[in-house]
Amino acid sequence: MVINLRKLPDKKYIMPGNAACPGCPETMGLRYVKMALGDNVVLVIPAGCSSVIQGISPYSGINAPILNIVFAAAASAATGMKAAFEAMGKDDVHVVVWAGDGGTGDIGFQALSGAAERDEDIIYICVDNEAYMNTGIQRSSLTPYGAWTTTTWKGKKEHKKNIPMILISHGVKYVATASVGYPTDFIEKLQRASKIKGFRYIHLLAPCPVGWRFDPALTAKVAQLAVETGLFPLYEYINGEFKLSPIAKRYKDPSKRKPIIEYLKLQGRYRHLLDKPEEIKKIEEYIENTWKLIETLEESFAPGKDRGKKIFDAL
Amino acid sequence: MPLMSLTGNYAVAHAVRLARVKVISAYPITPQTTIVEKLSAMVENGELDAKMVRVESEHSALATVFGAASAGARAFTATSSHGLLYMHEVVWWAAGSRIPLVMAVVTRAIGPPWNIHVDHQDIFDQRDTGWIIGIAQENQEVLDMTLQAFKLSEDPRVYLPVMVGLDGFILSHTRAPVDVPEQELVDEWLPPRRQPYVISPESNYVMGNIAPDEVHFLMRYSMHEAMEAAKTVIKEIDKEYGEVFGRSYGGLIECHNCYDADYIIVITGSWSGDAKVASDMLRENGYKVGVARIRYIRPWPKEELEELGSRAKGIIVFDRAISMGGYGPLYSDVAGTLYSNGGKTSLVGIIAGLAGVDVGAETFKETITSIIHKIEENGFFFEPRLWLLPKDYSSREKLMEVAKRWL
Repeated sequence: MVINLRKLPDKKYIMPGNAACPGCPETMGLRYVKMALGDNVVLVIPAGCSSVIQGISPYSGINAPILNIVFAAAASAATGMKAAFEAMGKDDVHVVVWAGDGGTGDIGFQALSGAAERDEDIIYICVDNEAYMNTGIQRSSLTPYGAWTTTTWKGKKEHKKNIPMILISHGVKYVATASVGYPTDFIEKLQRASKIKGFRYIHLLAPCPVGWRFDPALTAKVAQLAVETGLFPLYEYINGEFKLSPIAKRYKDPSKRKPIIEYLKLQGRYRHLLDKPEEIKKIEEYIENTWKLIETLEESFAPGKDRGKKIFDAL
Repeated sequence: MPLMSLTGNYAVAHAVRLARVKVISAYPITPQTTIVEKLSAMVENGELDAKMVRVESEHSALATVFGAASAGARAFTATSSHGLLYMHEVVWWAAGSRIPLVMAVVTRAIGPPWNIHVDHQDIFDQRDTGWIIGIAQENQEVLDMTLQAFKLSEDPRVYLPVMVGLDGFILSHTRAPVDVPEQELVDEWLPPRRQPYVISPESNYVMGNIAPDEVHFLMRYSMHEAMEAAKTVIKEIDKEYGEVFGRSYGGLIECHNCYDADYIIVITGSWSGDAKVASDMLRENGYKVGVARIRYIRPWPKEELEELGSRAKGIIVFDRAISMGGYGPLYSDVAGTLYSNGGKTSLVGIIAGLAGVDVGAETFKETITSIIHKIEENGFFFEPRLWLLPKDYSSREKLMEVAKRWL
């Protein structure tokens, strides 16, 4: 599928008066969501930056119908909305959860897991800025190793929780990773996901200039570097088949990857470990291990072999 | 209309069926579980055309039905005790959003220690959330109140969610004859769903984003105004329901011999039945005692109680819950109401029946008699908090004995 930008709606989806910070990846992402899915969409947004970005009621800085909901309940509220639309014969409405890494991997995880297990017909997007940004940069289970936050002043000691893999283990039909640095890839994935029935999960990396401590002009660049350094592989898992996204394929080869230091040095949250080679090595090891896992998945869930599908069907 | 032998929980399920609810979601908890079981069966065997979402928690159950209701569907959930506390945050969110919803609350004690028996701590914990809260006395009323709850919640003057309380086991698991209305009659009586707004692609509506503080304040004010309006709507619905289905209960309170009474028992829930029996026995003994059974703890029947309080010599409030370090919640509201008549009425608050400890008609009778004696001896008696401790534990010495065994 090739995305023709000219054929996407040119409507204004992010309106003046929204309360996003300069360089915010969430407004970028929300715009792509609407560009990809059009207007037959309702958004469900739990507590987080996007609750604030909408701006002050009775107006909204986001041109979309939105149900704001308590932190831990996004997947459940979306489940209910979809059930209602189905009950009223409006099966084609896309109910889309737009939740942060906390609302997805931490406080909202139980509801997410429940909805995934029940294979609810919703699209769940985790917009992952790798910490609790809305409350002022506290660590989440999706904060990466070594990153400074206001609750890990010397750097987080644990690696990032791998939510997409956990979702694949739920046996859902569609799981993908995306980055705001690659809009067409994200839009393509959204459009592909929108044609599948059942639970669909997209994990969108969203570098936050405020929380990651980088120049707000560099959001897209940092989002691209995460992919180019091999730290954040882009892939798609569709009904038992796993494949790397075209952009990410070349980074299978470690020699094609940019050195991780290029990514780290742009971000103030890693400043304290730039002169600690052993810490940087740990991040490099994490990248190696990530790709080992990717290779295993590529092998196990190779397209056309039905292997993965059989595994999950047998479970 | 068919008379069926139904537990309180099945009476709830039949009301939900008759209301043609479109989305149901719930998580099992004793003693609510048989509501979910029955509704699941109704959906599976085609008696009820609804989506049944079997979620992983109560927090999700209420969020799911709230999502469904926001999207325009009539929706229902039910819970109890810890489940209700777990969904507490969503309880507030649903009311603040002004989205009509109905939830059955099978009242049960809160742990620790684990206890599945009735008291009212759980439902009174929801008192300030902006939900209309009714509490039924028996299974027929459970069905009627649940059915009425849909009409009440969806009335444009109200647009608030409604809780229907029914006492765990005493009602939830006890069969009684229940007159189940015909579907055609219900269809004529209950209008199609109405709600203030729908969140859908067509509406492009956003609900819940930040509002200026003043607007937030005014939203609270408007919820209170809606509660006040609900007083009229409750009475209207009670009256018309009587005309259509043959049963009315009296609106916010049900008066049992209370209009000429010198002494009025204020009480809510299933044990009101025992209090009524006690009041009848006391009448035989020459004491003019009546029962004002609170049917709705929110909106609070202020006007009715002011009126009763202005005529009675004494009011005795029975609470099956306690704000520890304070008073029984019913008592607090009664006391607040009676202040308007200058504190002339004798007033006693009694804490009893916690954790399912049974209080029978005889106990009511003895307790009330001793209070009446005190009022008559002194001309006035005021005691905001009297503990009616469980039988055999009624003295401090005995309590200490028990305490030693457990500590």
